[in-house]
Amino acid sequence: MRNQRSIFTNIDWIIIGIYLALVFIGWISIYAAVYNEENSAIFDVSQRYGSQLIWIIFAFVIAFIILLLDGVFFTSFALPIYGVLILILIAVLLFGVKVNGATSWFEFGNIKIQPAEFAKFATVLALAKYLSMPNIRIKEFKTKVIATTIIAIPALLILMQNDTGSTLTYAAFIFLLYREGLSGNILFLGVLAILVFVLTLVFGATSMILFGFIIFLLLYAATKFDLKTTVFTTLATISFLVFNTYYEIKDSFIFFGIALILFSIFLFVITNKKLKDKGSHYLGIFILVVSCAYIYSIDFAFNKVLKEHQRTRITVLLGEEDQLINQIKMLEFKMKDETFSQEQKLVIKTDLKTKKESLKELQQGNGWNIKQSLIAIGSGGFTGKGFLEGTQTKFNFVPEQSTDFIFCTIGEEWGFLGTSFVILLYMALFLRIIFIAEKQRSTFSRIYGYGVASILFIHFIVNIGMTIGLIPVIGIPLPFISYGGSSLWSFTILLFIFIKLDSERLFVLR
Amino acid sequence: MNNFTNRKFIIGAIFLFVGLIFIIRLINIQLINNKYKLDSDSNVLRTITKYPARGLVYDRNGELLVYNEAAYDLMLIPKQLKEIDTNEFCKLFEITKAEFIERLTKIKKYSTYKPSVFEKEISTESYANIQDQLYKFPGFFVQLRTLRSYQNKNAAHILGYISEVTPAIIEKDNYYKSGDYIGKSGVELAYEELLRGKRGIKKVLVDVHNREKGSYLNGKEDTLSISGERLQISLDITLQTYGELLMQNKIGSIVAIEPSTGEILCLVSSPSYNPNMLVGRAVRKNYPVLSRDSLNPLFNRATMAQYPPGSIFKTIQALIGMQEGVINEKSGFSCIKSLVGCHNHPTATDVASSIKMSCNPYYFQVFKKIIQQNKAKSIYKDSEIGLAEWNKRVKKFGFGGTLQTDIPGVKNGLVPGVEFYNKWYGEGRWAFSTIFSLSIGQGELGVIPIQMANLAAIIANRGYYYQPHILKEIDDKPSIPLIFKQKNYVDIEAKYFEPIIEGMYGVVQEAGGTARRAKINGIEVCGKTGTAQNPHGEDHSVFIAFAPKDNPKIAIAVYVENAGFGGTWAAPIASLMMEKYLTDSISDKIKEQRILEANLMNVIPKK
Ligand SMILES: [Zn+2]
Repeated sequence: MRNQRSIFTNIDWIIIGIYLALVFIGWISIYAAVYNEENSAIFDVSQRYGSQLIWIIFAFVIAFIILLLDGVFFTSFALPIYGVLILILIAVLLFGVKVNGATSWFEFGNIKIQPAEFAKFATVLALAKYLSMPNIRIKEFKTKVIATTIIAIPALLILMQNDTGSTLTYAAFIFLLYREGLSGNILFLGVLAILVFVLTLVFGATSMILFGFIIFLLLYAATKFDLKTTVFTTLATISFLVFNTYYEIKDSFIFFGIALILFSIFLFVITNKKLKDKGSHYLGIFILVVSCAYIYSIDFAFNKVLKEHQRTRITVLLGEEDQLINQIKMLEFKMKDETFSQEQKLVIKTDLKTKKESLKELQQGNGWNIKQSLIAIGSGGFTGKGFLEGTQTKFNFVPEQSTDFIFCTIGEEWGFLGTSFVILLYMALFLRIIFIAEKQRSTFSRIYGYGVASILFIHFIVNIGMTIGLIPVIGIPLPFISYGGSSLWSFTILLFIFIKLDSERLFVLR
Repeated sequence: MNNFTNRKFIIGAIFLFVGLIFIIRLINIQLINNKYKLDSDSNVLRTITKYPARGLVYDRNGELLVYNEAAYDLMLIPKQLKEIDTNEFCKLFEITKAEFIERLTKIKKYSTYKPSVFEKEISTESYANIQDQLYKFPGFFVQLRTLRSYQNKNAAHILGYISEVTPAIIEKDNYYKSGDYIGKSGVELAYEELLRGKRGIKKVLVDVHNREKGSYLNGKEDTLSISGERLQISLDITLQTYGELLMQNKIGSIVAIEPSTGEILCLVSSPSYNPNMLVGRAVRKNYPVLSRDSLNPLFNRATMAQYPPGSIFKTIQALIGMQEGVINEKSGFSCIKSLVGCHNHPTATDVASSIKMSCNPYYFQVFKKIIQQNKAKSIYKDSEIGLAEWNKRVKKFGFGGTLQTDIPGVKNGLVPGVEFYNKWYGEGRWAFSTIFSLSIGQGELGVIPIQMANLAAIIANRGYYYQPHILKEIDDKPSIPLIFKQKNYVDIEAKYFEPIIEGMYGVVQEAGGTARRAKINGIEVCGKTGTAQNPHGEDHSVFIAFAPKDNPKIAIAVYVENAGFGGTWAAPIASLMMEKYLTDSISDKIKEQRILEANLMNVIPKK
C-alpha cells in the first residue's frame, strides 16, 4: 500500500498555513507584550520572545517527526500512550513542582513541563480508539460509561493538581460525543445547565427561580391543564414571592410586578379548560422542583462552598462592577433616609460593608484584570495603535500579558482588524478540521479530527471569552499564540497527528 | 458510514455562532463603545519617586546647622510627550528652542519611556508660575526634591557637601539611582547612610491632560519615603564661628577637643568657603572657582595638612624618657648650643623647667638617651632598637595614622621608624646623629593638626584619650559607636604627666614661660609653644593647650602657617578660643583686636 512518496504530499496545506500564521502572530505578540527599549534584541533568550522562539523551533521539529511517522503508529499505540500519560499525571501529583498554587509542573533544570497539556491529545487518541472499535454504539449505556471514564480519569487527575482551568477543557468532548451519536438533549441540557449557572450568578437565585416559574407556567398553560396542579403551582409561586418580599426589601417593586404578571397568567390558565394528562403534571412539578434545587445549589455552592478568590474569579463578569457601584450608591442613599428604623439601618450598614469589600476586591483582583484587559482591547479601536506602540499591555496594566491575556496585546496594537482576523483564522481552522474529518474513511481519523476541533474550540472560547469579558477569568492558554512551551508543543502534536492521519486518508481504511 | 453526518452542521453552526458573538462583542468594545478608549487615555502609569528629606544636622547645643529647602525638578517621559506649543514652553521655562531640542534629544537617547530630568531645581517661586501651565505639556511633570541648605556660612569643611551621584557610584552601590545625591565630604559623607533616609515610590495613573487620576492598584505597590536621621554633632557652632573669625587672613587651623569625651568642639581650617556655595545648581559655577584658588579653600588643613610639630613634641620626648627610665623628673641637662641651636635662658634643672623654657639641647640629650640605650654593641643596631621602641610609643599617642576618627579623609602623618630610615639611608647606615632633629619635633616628622589637639587632650587626661569624633547623638538617642566610648591609654604612667603639666603651666602662667600671651584671667591654662622650621618660608607658629589645669574642659591645637614664633600668634588665638568656650566672653579686647587685625597671608618668606 505505502509507497515512497514525500511526506509532504497529501498533507493539508490550508491547516498548516493557518497553524504557521497563528504561531507567528503569537510570537510577535509575545515580543510586543514584553518589549521595552532596554531589551529589544529579537533573539534574546533571556526574554520570553527569545525562549518562545526556541519552543517554536522545537515545535516544528516535533511536527516534522510526526509527519515522518506512520499513521498506524498512533492507532496502534493510542491506548498505551494514554496509559503512559495517566501515569505521568499521577507522578506529577506526587513529585511535581507547585506554580501558582497548582502542582502541575515537572522541572528539568530551567525547563518546566506541564503534563496536563499533553494529556489532551492522549485522551483524544484513546477516545478515538475506543469509539472506532467495531460494534461500539454510543447509544448503549455501557459505551457512555466507558467513554466518560476515559475522559474523567485525566480530568480528575488534573483537578487534583488544582488546575481547574485545564480540567474544564475536558468538557469539550461533549461535541465529539454528540457527533458520534450522543443524544442532542444531553448537549442541549449541558449547554442549558451552563447557561442557567452563569445567569444565576449574574441575576441571583431568586430571580432565576421566578423566571423558571414563569417559563413553567407558560409551557404548562400552552400544553396541559389541570385545576389542582395549577392552583398548587400558583400558590407555591405566590408564597415564594411573599417570602421574598418580606425578607428582601430591595428589588421589591420588580417582585410585585412579576407577581402581578404571574397572577394574570394564572387567571388565563384557569379560564382555559382544554388540558388533561395527570402523569405529566407530576413530571412537570418534579422538573420544576429539580430546577429550583439546582439553582439554589448553585447559589449555595457559590456563597458557602467556594473560597473568596474563586468567587471573585467567577463574579467578575462584565457589568458586575457597575452593578455593585449602583447598589452601594443606593444603600448609601438609604442610610440617609429617616424613615428606616435603627434595626433596618443596621442591616443596610452590614450589607453596605460587604458590598464595599467585594467592590474593593473586584477593583484590585480579577475585576481589575478584566477591566484592564477590556481597556487594552477597547483602546485599540479599528486599526490599533501599531506594532510595539501599545501602552496598556506594557507597564503591567494587563496581567499575564504574554500567556493568558495575549489577546489583549493583539487587540491593542492591531485593533479590530487584528482581533477579527485572529477570530476568522480560528473559525477557518475549526471548520477546515471538521470538513476534513468528515472526509475520512476511517472512523478513528474522523473521531480524532472532532477531538482536535473540540479541544481547540474550548480553549478558544474560554480564553478569548475571558479577555473580552464574556466569561469568568479562567487561566487557560490561547492555542498556538500564548507563551509557553508545553501548550505550544501539545497543540502542535494534537494538530499534526490529525494532519498525518489525514494525509494517509486515501491509502488506509481503519 | 454513520447516521449522524448531519450533526456536522450543528457543530459547525455552534462554532460559527461563538465566533460571531465574539466579533459582535469586539465591535462593541473596539468600535462602538468609546469608554475604553477614554479609560486607556487615563491609564498612563507614572512612577513618582518620593525623595526622603535628608537628615537635619544640629550642633552640640541644639543649634540647627543643616536643613533642607524645597525645590522642583521638571521631569519628562518622552513617550508621553504629545504635540505641544514649543514656543510657549520655551518662554515659560526661559530656554531657547535650540536648547529645548538639544535636551530632548539627549533625554530620548537615554530612554523614551523612563522619566528624565529636563530642568533641575526649579525654586518654589518659579514653580508657582509654571504650576498652572503644566497641563498643557503632557509628558512633563514636576518632582519634589529637597536642596541642602546651611544655616551658617561657617563649618564648611566639617559639614561637607553633597552632590549628584556619578555613573561610577551607581554601578558600585545599587542603592543609588541617577539623580540621587550623595555626601561627598565631612559629616555628609561620614554619615551618608544615616542622613540619606529611604526613597519611596508612588505609582499614579495620569490622563492625557497630565492630570493625576488616582493611585495605581489603590496604592498597593506604593512605598513611603523615610526621612534621614536627625544628627547632633559635637561641634560648638559659636566656637567654630569665632575660630573662623580669628583665623581670617591667616592660613592654618584650630582643632579643639573635649578631653573627657573626645568630642570635637571646633575644627577650623583657613581659608574656608561658604557651604551654601556648593549647593544645587550653584555647584557647577562655584566648584571650579574654589578648586582653582591658589590658597586651596577646599583643602581641610585641620585633618589633611601634614606639618612638623616643632617644640610641642618635647612633651612626648620627656614622657617617653621618663617611662623608659632614661631620665627622671629631676634630670637636668645643660643648654649646649653646639649640639643644637637654642635661645638664652636659665639652665633647665628638671623636666618641668625644660618644658617651660623649651630648651633644644635638653631634648637633644633626652632623645639621645632614648635612642641609644646600649642594648646592642653597634651604635647602628643600638639606634635601630631605640628608634623602634620610640616609634611604637609615639604611635600610641595617635600619631602616624593610628587615630580612628569619624571624620573622613584624615591623613596619617608620618612617624619615621626603622624601615623608613633603612629605606632612606640604607640598613646600618644611620644612627642617632642622623635622626636627632626628631628630638625637637623637626626632621621627617609629619603630624596633622587634629593629632596635635589629641596630644593636648592626652596630656589633659594624664595618659589616655578618646578617639576624636564629631558625632554626638543620632535622632536624640545617644547611640554613638562603642569605639568612641573607649579610653585609649598611651602606656605612660599618670605620674609622669605631672612634671609635663607643671611645665606647661609655667609656659603660660609664670615669668620666663614662652607663651605668656596665652594667659587668661581666672583660668589656669597649660600650654606648649612650637615654632616649626619651614624650609619654604617663615616658620609656622604652633601652640597646644588645655584648660583648666585641673579637670580640663577643652584641649586645643592652633597652627598658623608662616606666622613665626608659636607664642606670638598661635598662643593668643588658642587662649581666646579657650576663654570663649569656657566663659562665653572675651576679657582682653586688645588681644582679640590684635588677632582680628593681623594679616599673615602674605608674610615675606624667610630665606
Ligand atoms: Zn636651651
